Amino acid sequence: MNTLTPDIVYKLLASVTDPEVPALTVLDLGIVRNVEVSEKGNAPSVKITITPTYSGCPAMDVISMNMRMALLSHGIKQINIESQLTPAWTTDWMSEEGKQKLKAYGIAPPYRKAADTLGLFEEDAITCPRCGSQETELVSQFGATSCKALYKCLSCHEPFEHFKCH
Amino acid sequence: MEGNPNNEIPNTKMKNALLNYTLSLADNASVMSHRLGEWCGHGPVLEQDIALTNISLDDIGQARSLYQYAAEQLNNMPTTEKTNLFSDMMLNAKIAAGENLDEDDLAYLRDAWDYRSLLLVEQPNKDWAYTIARSFYYDAFMQLFYKGLQNSKDDRLKGIAEKSLKEVTYHLRWSSEWIIRLGDGTDESHQKIQTAINDLWMYTGEMFKMTDTDKAMAVAGIGVDLAGLHKDWLNNIKNIFTQATLQLPTDIWMQDGGKEGHHSEHLGYILADMQFLQRTYPGLDW
Repeated sequence: MNTLTPDIVYKLLASVTDPEVPALTVLDLGIVRNVEVSEKGNAPSVKITITPTYSGCPAMDVISMNMRMALLSHGIKQINIESQLTPAWTTDWMSEEGKQKLKAYGIAPPYRKAADTLGLFEEDAITCPRCGSQETELVSQFGATSCKALYKCLSCHEPFEHFKCH
Repeated sequence: MEGNPNNEIPNTKMKNALLNYTLSLADNASVMSHRLGEWCGHGPVLEQDIALTNISLDDIGQARSLYQYAAEQLNNMPTTEKTNLFSDMMLNAKIAAGENLDEDDLAYLRDAWDYRSLLLVEQPNKDWAYTIARSFYYDAFMQLFYKGLQNSKDDRLKGIAEKSLKEVTYHLRWSSEWIIRLGDGTDESHQKIQTAINDLWMYTGEMFKMTDTDKAMAVAGIGVDLAGLHKDWLNNIKNIFTQATLQLPTDIWMQDGGKEGHHSEHLGYILADMQFLQRTYPGLDW
């Protein structure tokens, strides 16, 4: 059997997607902070550190379970998944590839650096992921999940979701 | 365990203060979350139903992080130090048996007088105006509070503050917009939101009241100097009220007590609803 390395673990994790945004893998989302591989009793042991996108994100439990399943199905039995809050996750950690995948999936990706905060009532100018128009309108600051807001395109008239800069 | 505070807090008094402090923050988030969650399926329009439940979800997430931290603190205390901390029999039985506690034990097995939450958050939803006014006062405070807590010497609280600040800033935007929309709306909406901000005003003073726990934590560089936040809070809400054509309430008398366990009858009903299942079927999982 090949020696287990963090690279192999990362490859396995690349098959784990966000249950609420299935277009994105956990690596695209940037929620995997660290992978450590060690030996325990002649068998490999893996410690994965993940971070929540929002404090109450209910997908985190499912994501942890799916990570565990992905590793178990490749014969890795000693798995320890820990959650870490600091530094707080931001949408800047989402990969460029992830943002393209989101767009292709019909969700307008975050485009602003999270540190460039908006004023209290300033609004993001969001591009429609379907027709590319800049003429869009916020419908609701909150959407089907904590990480998204609802918009409507004034050019093609399609409603769409935006993954909020956070 | 991240940032073990026990290295820096040698004596029992300080340990208890940190525990109380963590629990009071957790209780605020939990009770607020419960109140907002009561709107689920009853929002005036779908988008606002979703907004309330999303905010509620952020609050429950913050409550979980804080209760988990409080449970870890308790589990690190010798049994003799924690036998008389709570009044609840079920919780004390667990502690006496040397069981490790978790976030659920602290949310579900403490009775009202063990809750350290603000009176403001337990106030009933009543109507849309009261719900918005309560959220606005709370969000405007929490935004400043978490900003301050980001400088905490306690790594765990600092981390939770960093995470939560982003969330509460977004909540504040939502509640501020609603204050303006209702205040600067129709005669009826103006009158309703003015009544709500007037009625809830007397519960705002408690947010800035420094209890012994608050003082001990502020001196230790762990907690926030609450009294010092009052000026900014007042300026921020004045600014929104002006845009909303609303009058800032002028009553001086303030009701407090929640932070020391003296609650209105409302909290009992909230806890009855929240805790019924765990008290009837202890340890039930689903």
